[in-house]
Parts: sequence; structure tokens; C-alpha cells
Amino acid sequence: MKHTISDSITITKRQLLQLARIPEVLVFSTIQPVMFVLLFRFVFGGSIASGQPGGYVQLLMPGIFVQTVAFTLASTAIGLAEDMKKGLIDRFRSLPISRGAVVIGRTFGDALLNILVLTVMALAGYAVGWRPTSGGLKIFSAFLFLFMFGYALSWIGIFVGLSVKEARTVQSVGFLVTFPLTFLSNAFAPTTGMPRILQYFAEWNPVSTMVAACRQLFGLKNQFGATANSWPSQHPLQTSLMYMVLLMVVFIPLSIRKYKNTSN
Amino acid sequence: MKSITAQHLVKTYRNGQVRALDDLTLDVEEGTVLSVLGPNGAGKTTAVRILATLLKPDSGIATVAGIDVIKHPEKVRELIGLSGQYAAVDETLTGWDNLVMFGRLYHLGKAASIKRAEDLLERFSLTESAKRPIKTYSGGMRRRLDLAASLIVQPKVLFLDEPTTGLDPRGRQEMWGVIQELVKGGVTLLLTTQYLEEADQLADEIAVIDRGKVIARGTSDALKKQVGGERLEITVENSDIAKTQEIIARISGTATHTDVRTISAPVSTGSLALMDALRALDEATIHPLDIALKRPSLDDVFLSLTGHVAEETVEEPAKKKRGGKK
Repeated sequence: MKHTISDSITITKRQLLQLARIPEVLVFSTIQPVMFVLLFRFVFGGSIASGQPGGYVQLLMPGIFVQTVAFTLASTAIGLAEDMKKGLIDRFRSLPISRGAVVIGRTFGDALLNILVLTVMALAGYAVGWRPTSGGLKIFSAFLFLFMFGYALSWIGIFVGLSVKEARTVQSVGFLVTFPLTFLSNAFAPTTGMPRILQYFAEWNPVSTMVAACRQLFGLKNQFGATANSWPSQHPLQTSLMYMVLLMVVFIPLSIRKYKNTSN
Repeated sequence: MKSITAQHLVKTYRNGQVRALDDLTLDVEEGTVLSVLGPNGAGKTTAVRILATLLKPDSGIATVAGIDVIKHPEKVRELIGLSGQYAAVDETLTGWDNLVMFGRLYHLGKAASIKRAEDLLERFSLTESAKRPIKTYSGGMRRRLDLAASLIVQPKVLFLDEPTTGLDPRGRQEMWGVIQELVKGGVTLLLTTQYLEEADQLADEIAVIDRGKVIARGTSDALKKQVGGERLEITVENSDIAKTQEIIARISGTATHTDVRTISAPVSTGSLALMDALRALDEATIHPLDIALKRPSLDDVFLSLTGHVAEETVEEPAKKKRGGKK
């Protein structure tokens, strides 16, 4: 077990090396969120009356941050499913390495990628008028929240990737899960316009609580969609934190156990 | 001493509907090569995966280098090398990247990993392609790299699961050469294959498996003997077929088998029968196009043991004739 960390780092390095060998992957995985920033900013930004000083973009950016980070679930799962299919996981499992290292290493790699993607998006946001008004520490905390959220979702991704095993299916499943989750939320539009039952869902949706938490940390007053006086709307930071801890407590042991018992 | 033992291994899939392994028992003496020979779906890969700690059997016990693979898989992993059916290396990385990574995962230091990677690349003639992504490798190069990856720390026991499946003849020859070199170094090797020729070339002993069971076990020669002795095969012009059949039937004392223009029959007197046949043909002024004394191939062995062919190329009539073993 003493090798867990060093083995994990070797696996992470492999992932980074992959990115170095095929830089296109890196380019496209950063272009996509930037494209979202630009599209939402200029397509909807003009017609959505946000009532927000500084414009819609102030509300939009936290939404896109969370949405992008939420896709980590799918990318982790796809990466792992590909390794399974190619027999690489079998090779790793026949080596005398720590049992958790292969999956821990991948979550590290995807976390590092998220740091890069978040940085690029923040710059793109700044370029189109996004100006967080809170202090440096709060802004930093918001990014820390986003980073942790991505990391927690990565562990669901590990579980999904090991369970589904086929990269293409994972991709479809990933979209099926992440799209409704990100749109049935307060990320892009107020939840007040939704049918009552969806409003409940949207209010408890971790994406909404994350978006609300980030907005709060970026210094926004208008909670934009956090409708009633429900607990998650009132306490987005605590709810988000609770979700993240819950996900990790459940999925880290579950995924590592799944990895140990997995077989093609 | 036995380096590998498997006793009464059973593995079922889909709630017992598919019995991949059905009471499989085998062992491999230290420093020898056992080839597990069988058609697709016979259970070869399942057996290897259990022995290499990737899969747990439903029941049965197995040891590798004296260690129980089910109770102490982590100890077994330190002693084995595994090279799978499809090259299990990272295709986007270069050969060098891969071997260094595996070195690190075997907990060699950084410098030692690099040294080992370079040695192995050299040994498997991959130095020139070391800095190219595996994607650009030929099938044979890929397999060699995969094999190199399983030799990072000299393993006591090596498992090669169909090392040449999908390779062209040249790639296969190269791979055989590499494996033969390896065996000289004294590693215990369990090799699975669908190719009878491959088992014949590389293995000290062969275990023929079919439907998850070992159905025959022995050296290549012993298995061939089990099927019967040698066969005389003579190819003649169409006009001489009838006469030749007569002559061969007299010499062998049994019925002949004719396949287009090739007449064959089992013989018990070896080269004497060959000379008798030549004399008789000469007297009858028949000039054979080809004449040979053939030992049974492993194809024949497989056929007579399982009652079905290992590869689709063996024709049905031959089966019934050759099937009658003592």
C-alpha cells in the first residue's frame, strides 16, 4: 500500500503524456467550453433580461463553469472504458501495483485537466465581460468548489466506466445524465418558469446548488432561480458541500471495489 | 517442481448457462513450456485469466510458483508476466513511454526503468521505433512490445495468450523466434494457441482443451502416436489413380483414402513401406508426381480427440477415416 501514491502518479503521468502525444484532445476539450461561453453570451445574453448589474454574463459564467465541470463524469468514464476495452486495464491488474492506483491516477489526471479548462474559461469569460465582484479569497473558494465538484463526479465516472465498459455507450449514457442535470437547473434560466414538479427537482439538483454557491462566492445578489425558501436555495454552499462529501464517501470505496472485482 | 498447477477449475458465466471451464486440471513443470491448445471458446483465455489473478474461479484451486492465486494474488503478480490476446499497451504512447511506465509500475527507479526499457527495445529490435506511437507499429512489432512489457522484471512464470493470433506468417515466424529465445532463458511458459503448428514448434508438452476440459495431454510426439502411425501419401496423374489405389491398398493392408489425385493410407512399417511402394509403382510404370511418408499432424490429433475440426480447413471425409484410433 505504500506505493499507492507513487503508482497513482505514474498513471496520472501516463494520461498527461497522452495529452502531450495527441495535443488535439487538449485543444478540443478547451475549445468546447469556450464555445459555450461565447454562444450563450452572445446568443442568449442579448435577449435574456437578467436584471443583473453587469448583464447576463455574470449569471451565465457560474452556470457554464458548473456544466463544464459536470462533464468530467463522462470524460472520466469514457477514458476508463477505453482502457478496459483495449485490455490495458487487464495489464495493469496483472501488475504488482496498488489496487486503487489505476482509478485514483485517472481521477488525478482529470482533475488536472479541469484546472486547465477552468482557467481557460475564466479568461474567456473575462474577455466577454465577466467581472466577479467579491474578493480574491471568495473567488478562489468558488474555483475550489468547482474543482472538488469535478473530482467527486470523476468517481461516479469511474464507476460508470467500469460498469458499462463500452466507450460509445458511456458517451450516450454520459449525455443522457449530464444534459438533463445541467439544464434542469438554474444554470441558464430561472427555475421559476418550470412546472412545479421540475422546480423541486431543480432546486435540489446538485448542479443548481453548485451554481448558486458559485454565484454567491462571485458576489452576486440575485440568486436567479433559487425560488422558494427551501433549504438548498437558502444554503447553497452547505448543500453543495454535503453533496460532494456524500458522492465521494459512496463512490470512492464503491469504485475501488468495482475495479478490484472487475473483469472483461 | 511444478510452477503452475490448476485443479478442478470451474468458471461459469450467465448464471451457470455457459461453462467456460468445466473441471479443468493441468500443471506445468518448472522451466518448461506447456501449450494449451484449443479452438475459439474452448476456455483457454479464461484459464489464463484465472492463473494470472485477473479472474476468480467459481471453484477449484490454482497455484503459480507455489503460491495460491486465489488467496495471495498480490504475491503472484510479483512473479508473473502476462501478454494478452490483444496488445495491452497504451497505443497513443510510444514504445519507450510504455516500457518506462511499466518499469515505474514495477517500482524500478526512474533510471532503472529507462535502462530496462532501452535494453528490452534493443532485444526485441524496436530501438528504431522506440519514439513512435504504438499506433504506427505493425502487428508483429506491437506483439513484441507487448511481450517486452511483460518481461520488465524477469518473471518466473510467463503467460502468453494467443501471442500470434492475427499476425501474418512473417510476423508469426518472428514471434516464434523471440519466444524460443525466451524459453532458453529458463522461464516457465504457459502459452495458449489455436494453431497446432505453433504448439508443435514451441511447446514441450501440449494440453488439448475443448469445452473447458483438458481432453488430452502429452508431448507432441505422444499425441501424434495416440492418433496412429504414419501415412503414405502418393500423388499421381489422373490416369494412374485406380492402379495406384490398388498398389497402396496391398502394401498398407487397409482401405485407401483418395483426395483428388493424392492417395493415402496408414502404414506400420515406415520407410520400408515407402520403398515397397516405389518399387511397385516403378514395376507398373507409374511415375508419381509426389510421394511422402507423413507423420500425423496435430490437426489429425485434434480431430480424432474432439470429433470436430480445430480449423475450418480440414475436410469432413478425412475425419471419419482418420478417427479410428486404437
